Amino acid sequence: MAVLIFAESNNGKLKKASLESISYGSRIAKMLGTEATALVCGDASPEELAKAGTFGAKKVLHASKVPTNFDPQLAATLVQKAVDKTGADTVIFSHDYAGRSVAPRISALLQAGLISGAVSLPDTSAGFSVKKNVFSGKAIAEISINTSKRVISLLPNSVPAEQVNETASVEAFNDATDGFVSGLNITKKAVDNSGGILLTEAELVVSAGRGMKGPENWNVVEDLANMLGAATACSRPVSDIGWRPHHEHVGQTGIAIRPNLYIAIGISGAIQHLAGVNGSKVIVVINKDSEAPFFKAADYGVVGDAMEVVPKLTEAFRKFKLQNA
Amino acid sequence: MKILVCISQVPDTTTKISFVDNDTRFNEDKVQYIVNPYDEWYALVRALELKETLGGNVTIITVGTSAVDAVVRKALAIGADDAVRIDMDPTDAYSVAKSIADYATGKGYDIILSGKETIDYNGSEVPGMIAALLNLPFIALGSKLDIEGNSAVIEVELDGGIEVIKTTLPAVISAAKGMAEARIPNMRGIMAARTKSIEVVSGTAAPLVSIKKFELPNPKSAVKLIDPDNMDQLVQLLHSEAKVI
Repeated sequence: MAVLIFAESNNGKLKKASLESISYGSRIAKMLGTEATALVCGDASPEELAKAGTFGAKKVLHASKVPTNFDPQLAATLVQKAVDKTGADTVIFSHDYAGRSVAPRISALLQAGLISGAVSLPDTSAGFSVKKNVFSGKAIAEISINTSKRVISLLPNSVPAEQVNETASVEAFNDATDGFVSGLNITKKAVDNSGGILLTEAELVVSAGRGMKGPENWNVVEDLANMLGAATACSRPVSDIGWRPHHEHVGQTGIAIRPNLYIAIGISGAIQHLAGVNGSKVIVVINKDSEAPFFKAADYGVVGDAMEVVPKLTEAFRKFKLQNA
Repeated sequence: MKILVCISQVPDTTTKISFVDNDTRFNEDKVQYIVNPYDEWYALVRALELKETLGGNVTIITVGTSAVDAVVRKALAIGADDAVRIDMDPTDAYSVAKSIADYATGKGYDIILSGKETIDYNGSEVPGMIAALLNLPFIALGSKLDIEGNSAVIEVELDGGIEVIKTTLPAVISAAKGMAEARIPNMRGIMAARTKSIEVVSGTAAPLVSIKKFELPNPKSAVKLIDPDNMDQLVQLLHSEAKVI
């Protein structure tokens, strides 16, 4: 019995979502009376690997020789070998591209019940059950895993990481990569990533919709995002008519995000849009139509024209930053 | 090109969600069902486009009781050649994936496609499990899919970039936005769908997980409206009350 956590480092740093998974898996290990091992894939310094201990892992298996482009076949092989080595019966992923690619495979191969997109620690008082969002965030289901082995993928930004300041032993884990031949050929196509803040990892997001009237008015949105250090997003109609790139589209059929702050500008708040953002901790809605349905889902609302309100908000944030610098 | 497209029936995106039987079962009363948008708009339509350029056959497969036949007919109306229904209540991803994998074994599908997730249980679980059970490569979240000889070339939009993944066929691929444009069935398709065959087979696996209870999120407290001329107040509230900046 043991817990294994799949973690990734990117540019030498453990991903934020991976730290959350390590903390989550370590707390589950404690509940089950066992220990957690973090399988860290990617280049990372000893100081960076020590973070896994800080967040609760007792042991780190470090697969440093993995290619920069994530290879799901290699990742699955590494997880299987780490499961064999540690005797893990509970495997934790982050519910991101890696988790979506690998967790189902591990679940099927181990005949282990899978909960994907978990938002809570397990309840072990009667069996083993975990909550997850269903119906695109419109409800929550508590799911029981009825097998002795389990796989859980944790929804990023839903269970905060907790520091416990343990020390983890580190072991190189490169035998599994040596001699591995992938069936996949993976290359990267460069693409513009406006400002460099990753939308799915962003804590602050500024999003705008048709109420902006045209792509030429997006500078006020970008000014606000830059002032805040926020990522930019948009509604579906705006990406469909080409005002903004597809990768900015948040909503039911775009990507779902869960930032701490979501500022929606000129977005009416159709149910399909809300499904992609209803995990946000705080929602601010700016819309000139006081009847816009989005106000019902908002914490704070401003009824007014975006072109007038948004620059004022940017200015207010600028003053706030100066005062708190 | 022999393509199997996995589709799922889901409540329409505007459905008001509620539960019955002491919050253990989804309330199906007055619910309109549709084909899961990711399965229909992207996976099925791209499969049909590939068939149109390369020739071949597109079969749809779903797991459910005869109640799902209506959405199966809709998928047939869009242009799939035939359909398979695994007659079983789809209670978890594993039992669904295992039953589909058992059906597909030995039938020579070049591509097994599905949407990236269903909009009801939001799992992203079934296609990856099918791939594992059939020992095939699995590429998740494909936003573009092309065939080059005996390989599939898939683009995946990741944060800040696009990865291009080439895999030999057969393979299992899940479809995200961008892979195709939704099609509306025309009259001829709807007429033709009436006579297309739906093969019914039995499920072959038991579930590994079960739903214990549903709950609805805590209702939001009423929105706090801020004077558009007082954005300093909004910033202060976000700082001291909401504590997000």
